[in-house]
Amino acid sequence: MEFTQFLWMTFGVFVTLCIMSFLYKDNPFYKFAEHLVVGVSAGYFVVILWHTGLVPKLFQRLADGDWYYGFLNSSNLEYLIPAILGCLMWTRFSKDYSWLSRWPMALYIGISAGLAVPLEMSNRVNKQLQAMMVKIDWANFFGHDGFDLLDITNGLSQLLILVGALAAIIYFFFSKEHKGAFGHVATLGIWVLMIGFGASFGFTVMARISLFINRLQDTFAWGHQSFDTSNEHYSIFFPIVFWGLVLFVTGYIAYEIVTHLRKKATTS
Amino acid sequence: MKYKILIVGMVLLFGLSSVWAQSEPEESDSVVIDSAELFPAPVSDIKLSDKPNDHGHAVVVTWEPSADDGGGKNNVVQYEIYWSTSFDGPFDTAGVVPSGTREFEHVGSKDPDDPKYIPDNTDLFYQIDVVTADPLIRTTSGTEGPVQCSGQWYNTGRTPVLIAVLIFGLLTAVFVTSARKGRKLYVRPIGGIEAVDDAIGRATEMGRPILYVLGLGSAADVATIASFTILGRVAKRVAEYQTELIVPTYDPIVMSVAQEVVKSAYYDAGRPEDYKEDIVHFVTQSQFAYVAAVNGTMLRELPATNVYMGKFFAESLLLAETGSLAGSIQISGTDEIAQIPFFIVACDYTLIGEELYAASAYLGREPKLLGSLKAQDWAKAAVVILAIIGLIAANLGWDSFTNLFQVVD
Repeated sequence: MEFTQFLWMTFGVFVTLCIMSFLYKDNPFYKFAEHLVVGVSAGYFVVILWHTGLVPKLFQRLADGDWYYGFLNSSNLEYLIPAILGCLMWTRFSKDYSWLSRWPMALYIGISAGLAVPLEMSNRVNKQLQAMMVKIDWANFFGHDGFDLLDITNGLSQLLILVGALAAIIYFFFSKEHKGAFGHVATLGIWVLMIGFGASFGFTVMARISLFINRLQDTFAWGHQSFDTSNEHYSIFFPIVFWGLVLFVTGYIAYEIVTHLRKKATTS
Repeated sequence: MKYKILIVGMVLLFGLSSVWAQSEPEESDSVVIDSAELFPAPVSDIKLSDKPNDHGHAVVVTWEPSADDGGGKNNVVQYEIYWSTSFDGPFDTAGVVPSGTREFEHVGSKDPDDPKYIPDNTDLFYQIDVVTADPLIRTTSGTEGPVQCSGQWYNTGRTPVLIAVLIFGLLTAVFVTSARKGRKLYVRPIGGIEAVDDAIGRATEMGRPILYVLGLGSAADVATIASFTILGRVAKRVAEYQTELIVPTYDPIVMSVAQEVVKSAYYDAGRPEDYKEDIVHFVTQSQFAYVAAVNGTMLRELPATNVYMGKFFAESLLLAETGSLAGSIQISGTDEIAQIPFFIVACDYTLIGEELYAASAYLGREPKLLGSLKAQDWAKAAVVILAIIGLIAANLGWDSFTNLFQVVD
């Protein structure tokens, strides 16, 4: 690893520590990392939108026209419509004409909502409904290899999924109070939902822990690189940078402890 | 000596010529026979048709497999389908399918700049190569065509969706009309929404702001649209109580719509002079950068109440946990099933899935929204009944009933 690569790695570790320091409290290092990531991402997305949106989807389509004619001599004139609608968004900066920006917004939301209706109905109603109409496997009601409740393809699981789904739907009835038998079914529904959420929570937390482990591995790799004499580019600057960062972090921690103790002494 | 050499030479020449004469035809015959044996029979009965129920730019190719596919020489490995816009070619590869296949859907792009573009309403021609393990040993069919592809206005495979939408639309119209006529439509209390007013009151008493997060959805997401309604209600109350409101946004369009919503709410509350453009502000369109900024706001501004309503992804727990650390009352709602558990553990009140949509109707009390909510309940009742009937039908083998609900995309 070359020294410049090592410096970037060090910066990655530093920013990781900056973000982690948020667990203690808000501090200048967290603020630095926060503003860095917000600023970089904002700039990055401007470039991305330019290169993946405006250039290929507008300018290249109008490229056979001439700019000094306002691209009106282009063969793809229809692309001027979204271009004009996009420009109308800029009228938000004018007090007199800001109402014009509502046109593209209305069009965007209207089209999206219209597209969503058949899609949602198909995916969340029709297909789910048909999926509930299953042929229960009565021959293997308790499992395909004898009594095996972990076998989710058995008849009992199919029946439980169906009952759970129906109970959960009943929980989402808003026009009727959850009382009596209806209330009991709704309670079963919320239990089913909570069991599902619990499983989902555990699964996702494990995924997050794996992300944390990944950051730790990167940090350990950085520590290893700092003293890896087998590295052909190794020089004295590697451990100097390492100890520099370590001293910086411990120095800040010491400063925070001293400040805290002083505050405590002043208040007492 | 000369005669001896001449005789030996002639004998050798004769011998060689006889060997040549014997061996050459044999070799030649054997190659011809082997080749004929190796080359597979071509496919037959190639049929071309426009792919039905699509947006065009797609052709369905069917054929009768080669006699050597699964029988005969049994040496067919795959079929290679070629297409062209001209009978004489040149032909481009449309796709490759394994032996035993009788159909191929040549689905292309509708973008003329895309190399996979297939033009609509243009004559197209196809050839099918029967290919053996040795790619050089193959048999090409004759050129078939022309066929033209085009898009259809109506997808017959989605008729069940159309019927469901029409029924739901009818139900909505009936209930909206009924609500407009003054019929009282009951909506059961939703805990999280009941808490919104209390939370705004708490913020006013504490002199701290209210943070409203619309999530990462676009303005077209149903959850975000529902969130706009709730934001309107919150903003109106905030304006009435003269509390501070902070709305950091992730999407520029969402920001614009939210600005309009908040502005209208301030006007409705009779306090247009209190409205400031930067109440609703854009942060960034990077997920975790947005989280970092909102988390920073939470710890610096120390809002009394955090409201998370809309579409959330991996940032849900990061936001809710920070808000909890900051000591804020937290109310959340999302239709993202995977994120609801995080809100449940870290927030004081959580609207689960459809409760978010119901909340907007519950708060707004507008006939349109209440009628829609009532129609949803009827639709849910229909789903429960149909699911039970469908289950019985499926177990009794009445497939004609279950097929009524089948959607073919």
